[in-house]
Amino acid sequence: MKIVVAVKQVPERDAPVRVASDGRGVDAGDAWTMNEPDAYALEEALQLKERLGEGEVVVLSAGPERAESTLREALAKGADRALHIVTPEDGTGSLTERDTLGVAQMLADAVRGESPDLVLTGLQSDDLGAGQTGVVLAELLGLPHVTLVLSVEASAGAKQIRVKRELEDGWFQQIELRLPALLTIQSGGNRLRYATLMGIKRARSKETKQVEAAAATARHDEIVRVAIPERTRQTEILSGAADQIAAKLAERLKVEVGI
Amino acid sequence: MSVLVVMEQAAAGGWHRISREALAAGKRLAAEMKLPLAAAVLGSPDAIATQAAQLAGEGVAIVWSVGHPLLERYTADGFVAALQQLIAEAKPAFVVFPHTYQVRDYAPALATRMGDVLVSDVIAMNVSDGAATFTRQWMGGKLNAQYRHVGSGPCLVSVQAGSFKADAADAAGAAGEVKQFAPEIDAAQIRTKPGEPFREAARTVDLGSAQVIVSVGRGIGEQDNLKIVEELAKALGAELAASRPICDAGWLPMERQVGSSGQTVAPKVYVAVGISGAIQHLVGMKGARTVIAINKDPDAPIFEVADVAAVGDLFEIVPAVTRALKGSA
Repeated sequence: MKIVVAVKQVPERDAPVRVASDGRGVDAGDAWTMNEPDAYALEEALQLKERLGEGEVVVLSAGPERAESTLREALAKGADRALHIVTPEDGTGSLTERDTLGVAQMLADAVRGESPDLVLTGLQSDDLGAGQTGVVLAELLGLPHVTLVLSVEASAGAKQIRVKRELEDGWFQQIELRLPALLTIQSGGNRLRYATLMGIKRARSKETKQVEAAAATARHDEIVRVAIPERTRQTEILSGAADQIAAKLAERLKVEVGI
Repeated sequence: MSVLVVMEQAAAGGWHRISREALAAGKRLAAEMKLPLAAAVLGSPDAIATQAAQLAGEGVAIVWSVGHPLLERYTADGFVAALQQLIAEAKPAFVVFPHTYQVRDYAPALATRMGDVLVSDVIAMNVSDGAATFTRQWMGGKLNAQYRHVGSGPCLVSVQAGSFKADAADAAGAAGEVKQFAPEIDAAQIRTKPGEPFREAARTVDLGSAQVIVSVGRGIGEQDNLKIVEELAKALGAELAASRPICDAGWLPMERQVGSSGQTVAPKVYVAVGISGAIQHLVGMKGARTVIAINKDPDAPIFEVADVAAVGDLFEIVPAVTRALKGSA
């Protein structure tokens, strides 16, 4: 089974975030990592290949040169090869100049060249959080899709798979669909692996193919303004020495909880 | 031209909670854009008649009753086909969806089929000079980004839970018209075969009725560190809860998760320890009367909804609070 996993490089979770100088973007610094939901998609692909005992896992990302480190990480974890759609960091043709449809179009062009049985991606990104790229990609590729998938049942050579989808309020559902198909993976269905030293070493000999991004088409949605959210409550802020904060918290809790 | 709200039914009958919030958002948008309000209900023809009539009786000018036997059980293919045809017929200026798991599954594909995009997970909207902008969150709630739709087609938006206050059903509203719409759907178009929804095990923890909750997030670092939070919960007589990543890692059972994919809680006191406050978590605990948050990051979005914001190291603060509480017992 040939599986393409689409991953995104995003700012590290704890990295300080500032509004870009033009007021319409993010200045995220220089600490980058693999989007965590995509890491769950990669894990599902690797486990699927291991269970089936055959197949290939191709990791795909669109982004500037720096995104290569995220592809390297995926190769170190066990992906077989990588495809990098290289975009400029800023300005014309960069990711921010493209809407969800535009980004998915770049990914779709690359996936078409691979003709995989399965395309996996995370259910959303930790930075923009639109939660749409996978579904849009499926539609562009003409593939059936299921979102919020926790596990995949497949057998070698099968033309059909069965997946477990998370519904709301603690409910689940099994869904059957034919291959090729696209799934967006929900976190928690598997446990993420770490790259081993051996894996990192092996990754050095694995192929990363760079392809130039197609020209960007005009966005259908314009970013008007980006700002730090305003507080909605009157907040009492406690800072300083930990023991002083703790004393004030304990007093407040005694009153609120009634102990 | 209209503002069309696509309503979603709850699995147990009635409306999905966010549907009524989406309807309220649509109603406000319609008023501010000076457009008529329309709504759509999808399902098998028999199942939706009552709900369509109900909407027409509470101030929705046009209710599209989109009936087809193949819409009885949700599939993305069925819903995309039906709504694409409805939109071609109704020609709305705006289509408003509730941001549910179901909408996340089909609305992006619908937008793509129309050659357009969906502005998803909207928490606020603003109309000025006849133009609408929609706010959604970036970076787990650290930033708000305002979007404006610039395509020639209808503007598609989905609204996040808890962002728009649902109106009480307005039975006194002018009576609207129910229009039957029968989309053409072929069984061969439906490429997924959904099974019956099921639960894994009965929920043994009812966080919804808890008066005091101590909830833990990523900031706790590792499983062994949970002890300090458990001790605080014990000292307060509180239920222990968590944000999704803690349950994903298997450190606490899934049933202790608070948020859009877990339980919705409304305790008197909610203590958030090492929780950054992504929207998916906030929608589950917004109903708390008092929110006390402990986080080392002064920009953590949890502080935006906190009554008390303790900025500092939870590994020092939490044990010290527990000691102080015990000392007073």
